[in-house]
Amino acid sequence: MKEKSAAIIPGFSLSLGYTLLYVSILVLLPIAMIFFNTLSMSWGDFWKTITHPRVMASYKLSFGAALAAGLVNVVFGTVIAWVLTRYRFPFKRIVDGLVDLPFALPTAVAGIALTTLYSPNGWLGQFFSFKIAFTPIGIIIALTFIGLPFVVRTVQPVLQSFSQEAEETSASLGANRFQTFTKVIFPELFPAILTGFSLAFARALGEYGSVVFIAGNMPMKTEITPLIIMTKLEQYDYVGATAVATVMLVLSFVLLLLINLIQWYTNRKFLPS
Amino acid sequence: MIEANQLKVYRATEEPRIVRIALTAVSLLFLAVFLVLPLVSIFVTAFQKGWETYIASITHPDALAAIKLTLLVTIIVVPLNTIFGIAAAWCITKFSFKRKNLLITLIDLPFAISPVIAGLTFILLFGAQGLIGEWLMMNDIKIVFALPGIVLATLFVTLPFVARELIPLMQTQGTTDEEASISLGASGFKTFIYVTLPNIKWGLLYGMILCNARAIGEFGAVSVVSGHIRGMTNTMPLHIEILYNEYQFAAAFAVASLMSILAIITIIIKNIIEWKSGLQGGGH
Repeated sequence: MKEKSAAIIPGFSLSLGYTLLYVSILVLLPIAMIFFNTLSMSWGDFWKTITHPRVMASYKLSFGAALAAGLVNVVFGTVIAWVLTRYRFPFKRIVDGLVDLPFALPTAVAGIALTTLYSPNGWLGQFFSFKIAFTPIGIIIALTFIGLPFVVRTVQPVLQSFSQEAEETSASLGANRFQTFTKVIFPELFPAILTGFSLAFARALGEYGSVVFIAGNMPMKTEITPLIIMTKLEQYDYVGATAVATVMLVLSFVLLLLINLIQWYTNRKFLPS
Repeated sequence: MIEANQLKVYRATEEPRIVRIALTAVSLLFLAVFLVLPLVSIFVTAFQKGWETYIASITHPDALAAIKLTLLVTIIVVPLNTIFGIAAAWCITKFSFKRKNLLITLIDLPFAISPVIAGLTFILLFGAQGLIGEWLMMNDIKIVFALPGIVLATLFVTLPFVARELIPLMQTQGTTDEEASISLGASGFKTFIYVTLPNIKWGLLYGMILCNARAIGEFGAVSVVSGHIRGMTNTMPLHIEILYNEYQFAAAFAVASLMSILAIITIIIKNIIEWKSGLQGGGH
């Protein structure tokens, strides 16, 4: 029956053909070029490029800063999602809309604004005895800015559809509010928080625009991996840039797989048996 | 007695007042420091040297060229990715075929890849040492460091937006409306215009708004393929970068303030769409 009815609607081969062609030209072919170009390198050269101390330092920084920013966003993003769905306060609609700012604001604009704020004589930077801009802390701040909506916007819908009855049951069985949160609410929220974290983390790993300004870009100290690729490109070292890009691509694929696995696992859990 | 009981149940599913106030305060403070303050600082710095400098900065020939180029790129990119999004959502949601999930993952891929790498891929394809670079040079076709390269890089980065909004929406709507229309004798085209399009218009607009915002603001990918030729291949974000690196802060922030106004308009339209359509807040 389903097969038969599906065949009534026209345009299958046209829409699928166009989609495949479009994705092949714009996504598959370009990404294949990265792997294709890497193959032209010898294994020794490839290994030397991707394990060069300066590149290794950049992995550590990119990974560490993305992780730190992701954790900050998990804590504050969840609290913000909670406050936005559960509590009432003035101008809530505007505050809710504001959460999308990092999605809408160009990254370069965010980058120069944050750098000016946190530079040693900036509005915020002047209050700290240590430097924020041009250090890893500045990078974490930029990545926190970029990643916040990912966590809020994945946790919010789950909280909205969360049934009050489960909480009432928990309370009437004698649990206090803290127990209800940790034993009833949090387990339901956890997959959404994890998805939000992974999305923010993946975005932060590859982020360039908002970070280059605030990072200061000192080799070994505040140089993120996308900047290493950029620097190599500016020196016409296409082979080296491609090698580092390959490492990042593989990492992105693993992350994407992980996100899909989390979503597949959560969807399966909620499917009727 | 009954009242007291009700009060207790009510309280049991809510935090104590002090916790509520504390959580709200923490949230608002966090948002104020991380989102509001940067936004305010953009406008304050932009007007630091007065209206005249502001107007001069945004009407400078290089700034105008950057604005024009950004608009041109956006006008090309958004319709192309919209048509693609509709086609992809149509075949994915109205038909069943093998490896559908693989196709969805492929469409998502640009979100997971660093914009810098996106730019790099087009250099490897069309650059002087690229796969077809020599052939392009012989035929005098410029792609990298010219408009086509910027368009390609922006297309790549914004490819998933429309498709990502439409696929879940059209999946929940199913195929019955279209089947009814077709069996009543309407053509496929008419069915799409009069049946499908009214059903998906808000989701479509939503995806286009997000695609538009990212296309205007894309920095990393465009930075790799543009070549930074002033007045020629500089988009607005690249123009901001150059001004900033030359310590022309007021001018950099003046152009940045224009882009911030666009971002605020984007958020307002997005909220109107959510309100009109009852869509939940989402996005990427």
